[in-house]
Amino acid sequence: MLEFPTWKKLWYWGLTLVIALCAVPSLVSLTNARWPAFLPEPKINLGLDLAGGSRLLLEANRQQVVQQRLEGMEESVRTRLRQASPTIAIGDFSSTGGQLAFTVRDPSQVDAAREAILPLTSGAGLTGQRDWDITVQDGTRFILVPTQAGIDLAISNAMETAVEVVRKRIDALGTKEPDIRRLGGTRIDVQVPGLQDPQALKNLLGQTAKLEFKLVDETAVPSDLAKGMVPPGDELVPYADANDPAAGGVPVLAVKRLGGIKGDELTDAKQAFDSKTNAAVVSITFNQQGGEKFAKLTSENVGKRFAIILDGKVLSAPAMHEAILGGSAQISGSFNVQSATQLAIALRSGALPVDLTVVEERTVGPDLGADSIQKGVVAMGVGTVLLMLFIFLTYGRFGAYANLALVFNVLMILGVMAVLGTTLTLPGIAGFVLTIGAAVDANVLINERIREERHRGRRVVQAVELGYKEASRAIFDANITNSIAAVLMFAFGSGPVRGFAVVLMIGIVTSVFTAVTMSRMWVAGWLRRARPSDLNV
Amino acid sequence: MKLLKLIPDHTNIHFLRWQWPFFITNLLAMAASIVLLFTHGLNLGVDFVGGQMIRVTFEQSATAPVGKLRDSVDALGFGEPVIQTFGKPNEVSVRMKLPEGADDNPKLADGMARKITAKIRQDFADARVDGVDSVSGKVSGELFHTGMLALGLAMICISIYIWIRFEWQFAVGALFALVQDILLTVGMFSLTQMEFDLNIVAALLTLLGYSLNDKIVVYDRIRENMKKHRRMPMNELLDLSVNETLSRTIATSLSVLIMLVSLLFLGPDVIFGFTAAITLGIFIGTYSSIFMSAPILIWLGVKSDTFVKQESEIDRQDRLAREGGARP
Repeated sequence: MLEFPTWKKLWYWGLTLVIALCAVPSLVSLTNARWPAFLPEPKINLGLDLAGGSRLLLEANRQQVVQQRLEGMEESVRTRLRQASPTIAIGDFSSTGGQLAFTVRDPSQVDAAREAILPLTSGAGLTGQRDWDITVQDGTRFILVPTQAGIDLAISNAMETAVEVVRKRIDALGTKEPDIRRLGGTRIDVQVPGLQDPQALKNLLGQTAKLEFKLVDETAVPSDLAKGMVPPGDELVPYADANDPAAGGVPVLAVKRLGGIKGDELTDAKQAFDSKTNAAVVSITFNQQGGEKFAKLTSENVGKRFAIILDGKVLSAPAMHEAILGGSAQISGSFNVQSATQLAIALRSGALPVDLTVVEERTVGPDLGADSIQKGVVAMGVGTVLLMLFIFLTYGRFGAYANLALVFNVLMILGVMAVLGTTLTLPGIAGFVLTIGAAVDANVLINERIREERHRGRRVVQAVELGYKEASRAIFDANITNSIAAVLMFAFGSGPVRGFAVVLMIGIVTSVFTAVTMSRMWVAGWLRRARPSDLNV
Repeated sequence: MKLLKLIPDHTNIHFLRWQWPFFITNLLAMAASIVLLFTHGLNLGVDFVGGQMIRVTFEQSATAPVGKLRDSVDALGFGEPVIQTFGKPNEVSVRMKLPEGADDNPKLADGMARKITAKIRQDFADARVDGVDSVSGKVSGELFHTGMLALGLAMICISIYIWIRFEWQFAVGALFALVQDILLTVGMFSLTQMEFDLNIVAALLTLLGYSLNDKIVVYDRIRENMKKHRRMPMNELLDLSVNETLSRTIATSLSVLIMLVSLLFLGPDVIFGFTAAITLGIFIGTYSSIFMSAPILIWLGVKSDTFVKQESEIDRQDRLAREGGARP
């Protein structure tokens, strides 16, 4: 137990010193001194509760993804069957209850219809799983039911896109080092250090920015719309601009449900001013494909009105006087410069595939964090000095070794945190202080045992050996139970609590190394050199 | 150098003589905690009930003008706030419920915190707004659920570990002591009406770990002594084990307490409740390690020879045959 060959000693010391060295940059930054730029700089990140900033937890509307997918499928199915040769006529299309249903008019075309829509139903993955199940009832009625796997995949894809869009939008705000990550099934965790007023960010993220251009149904009768009667093939979209005479004083507009184009094929969007009215507008530029679609839509419908719809609300419904072929257009609405700029940012970063709502929001002022760090450091310093004094007074030389182990333990925890790039949070500081208190427990156990073995009359070397051996069992068990608590805390906790758990876990590992292994090495070295005949322990 | 001895070397305190008075006191304390939880409940923070919490420090005042602050916020018409100081008397948290229906329509809650902080800044020149937490009802429900799940799982996992390493009686004993530690600590939170939030659950989890360290050390010694002293009556054996580990139990608890107390008085104010919970728990845990963890074993029917391997019939015949064969 007390034999330490030279290679082992070198290895232990090397490991300790290298890890402890990694703590230096973090310690230097505490004193506001400058760290030379040419040296590597592993530093511990400060959590939002210490650095100040905002955290938003966004949740996506799962149901909306499912609904959008249903609508997309309907459009695809209709297009497929129309384009089939010969055209397959269908009727009774319904998209209620989370499934699509339609009837093929000519029973002899049922097989052809199935053939035509089959490619639409297989999954995007290579596994060959189906996204939709097709069943045919009564010979001619097709039922398309989305499979769970298909829905999950759609949501997963939507969330991936959403995270990207959120990232682009936050970058556009010019904030530094935002941390954006997907959390669980339908949530996104956004942390922006230094951001004090999250309102602008919330406004930006709260906007889905789904832009659509749809034809206005000119035949709709405003009085029918007011009663909620929807002309076939149309949908009603809220339209706040009651001054528009075409709306007929009704706060909704009937637009053709299908056949419009989406505004997601843009290369640019920026705030501009209308050349005639001088009002703030958003000028958009389509990409090649979007430009062609837009040109087709406008040239086929010259003289008609089309509605510019943003997030399910009509912004404006201008008439197309001529075909717009250049691939760029401008969106008017009742904008001011600020809201036009915001929309431009949102459009540039792309539409969110799904609405996001803020379900949790935390903001911490910068003063509080600085205050907490300072107080945490003071508490740790005072506590550590008192603790070392207590340990030294109780165990003498063995206490001094325990204290030395403690110093290395603190440095090693900091070093490991810096190398792993973990985040120090406010409860993490508490975890640190607590870990220091608990780390000496191992040495207390060992030293008490050595003391006991001496009282039983064992010789010095034997007492030390037994002390380490017998205490190890309890130390091991105790650390396992602590790990269980820490792992569960990490698994179930959020932000700051996780920071606490991380410190505990790192502390458990490093404390066993310093308090048991290193201290044993030092004690063994002393026994060999001094060959004491008695122990003052 | 004369070393400090907190506990004299060879103590022989008959802890088990008082096992029944202590047990009854424990049961009463646990019952009181449960009654408190039902009558007073816990002062749950926004983490668990949803709502908004705004932390404000009054930099120029020794104590926060709580009454005036309440009137000021109340005048906005969002409902009456719950105002509580934490850490220092000039630091308060202002808690508000989210408006009715805010879960479905986040716009309702939007701007509420903004208006309140603006009003506070306007009415109190020295007010420094340190943070705003806003948690929707949906998330708070989940946080509460996962918090309780984590606590429950921790107790079960730790007990299973003890069961594997020791015997089932030790696991039951540890579990009972853990339930007692948690219950009494939570009871104190109910009594003092300190805010109970997510951090406190983390504190309770930490407590489980540390409280168990003590028990493991005692149990480890009991197991060792059971092997050494096969003929010793159980009462004496348990007393011996607790006495032998007493010095260590006290020294360790004291080490942790030194750190905790300096954190409590010098550390960040925001985690005052968190530190208080752990400090309290360490006291309760130390008490239960010394007075409770050992007697439970007796009540569970552990005897000095319980864990000595019983000789099976085949082994006995083998032994007799060997002994018989060895005889001339």
